[in-house]
Amino acid sequence: MAVYLFYFLIFPGLLFMAVAGALLSWYDRKITARVQFRKGPPLLQPFYDFFKLLLVKETILPKHGSRSVFLIAPLLGVFGATMAGLFILLPLFGIETGFRGDVIVIFYLLTLPSFSYIIGSLASGNPLAAVGASREMKLIISYELTFLLVVAAVIMKSGQQFDMNSIIETQQTGRPFIGSISGVLLFVAGVFCIQAKLALVPFDMPEAETELASGIYIEYSGPPYAMIKLAKQIMFFILPAFLVAILLNGMNPGINIVWFILKILGVVLLLTLIRNTNPRLKIKQASGFFLIWMNLLVVVAIVLIAFGL
Amino acid sequence: MGFKDYCFRKSLWVFHFGGASCNNCDIEILDCLTPRHDLERFGILLVGSIRHADVLLVNGSINRRDKDRLLELYRQAPKPILVVAIGACGCTGGIFAEGNTFAGPVDKIIPVDAYIPGCPPKPEAIISGIVKLAGKK
Ligand code: SF4
Repeated sequence: MAVYLFYFLIFPGLLFMAVAGALLSWYDRKITARVQFRKGPPLLQPFYDFFKLLLVKETILPKHGSRSVFLIAPLLGVFGATMAGLFILLPLFGIETGFRGDVIVIFYLLTLPSFSYIIGSLASGNPLAAVGASREMKLIISYELTFLLVVAAVIMKSGQQFDMNSIIETQQTGRPFIGSISGVLLFVAGVFCIQAKLALVPFDMPEAETELASGIYIEYSGPPYAMIKLAKQIMFFILPAFLVAILLNGMNPGINIVWFILKILGVVLLLTLIRNTNPRLKIKQASGFFLIWMNLLVVVAIVLIAFGL
Repeated sequence: MGFKDYCFRKSLWVFHFGGASCNNCDIEILDCLTPRHDLERFGILLVGSIRHADVLLVNGSINRRDKDRLLELYRQAPKPILVVAIGACGCTGGIFAEGNTFAGPVDKIIPVDAYIPGCPPKPEAIISGIVKLAGKK
């Protein structure tokens, strides 16, 4: 029992993921700054932001709407992100093997943060938050099918294996899935799904700073907002880790940990560059992009897998 | 300076309230965020919602209509919040001080923590003001 608590709270759970996510979000901001020829924030900036929100700022509760749901939703988000991260990282680091079918569980847990943002923003009773929440819902409907197809294709490619551990092992004994045409197609679709899940720029219409004034997060202040930041940072680490695990060979023990870190940094670099070189899409365009083009891409990849490519 | 205070000074998120200004001060504030001046290296971000703000930047003269909105914003902001009055208009009323609709400089309405005079102040002056604010105890 105690060992599971340790897994959940410290390594590779909450604490480790929070620190890794904070460092990655600094990396993201620094790259953004360099792309725009700026100097960028100092290394510890995400920690300053987090502790400021958590310790210094006051919490303001909305006058209309449900206060308890408003406050519980961010905790639900952190919990979902941590649980999903746990199921991803335990097999990835080779600590525990997981169980049969945990890929499906991970898939559902990964949507929990987005749902918690929707619940929280609707509970705040703010009209702009409601617009943001409706956009987030449409976005989830658009990308979720693509993401599920990517996971299904990976399961098919690994020879009908439903657990993370065997998917990673199949790649380590054979070769990484990305080393084939279908793998490349899946990687492209996966990167766009992650971009939408993290609500980064081409798909950031739920937040839309300029028109909705941070949309779904508009009413949050102080510690609850810190929890939302925490959930977002954890997602920023575990989603690239998930992609690395299912397509890029996971992590070999020993010195290969450096190689693993480089893979994560590479995926995040890709996300950051996409976010810095694109304008925000309309929700209709995003739906069309996922429902037609990305699904088509993954279906092509599945057909290729059936032919063994 | 305690740990809490240190984190606060290192991560000031700014909400910009433009009163009835002549629009020059707004442009100079935006200049601070451009690559040349880059306020993000001090951890300063421009946020869209007053709920996330730590600093309320007020520029332009405050007329009778703005007054209610400014008060409302100040009430809605999570404390602690720092208020910075920018430009001659924000500090004293400037060329609008004798105007018919003028409702008093910012510090007659809400408490102000820093004044940055100039018409408009240069981005360098704004940055120096904010850095001083961040170092102030
Ligand atoms: S201080 Fe000068 S530049 Fe700024 S808003 Fe007033 S008149 Fe315009």
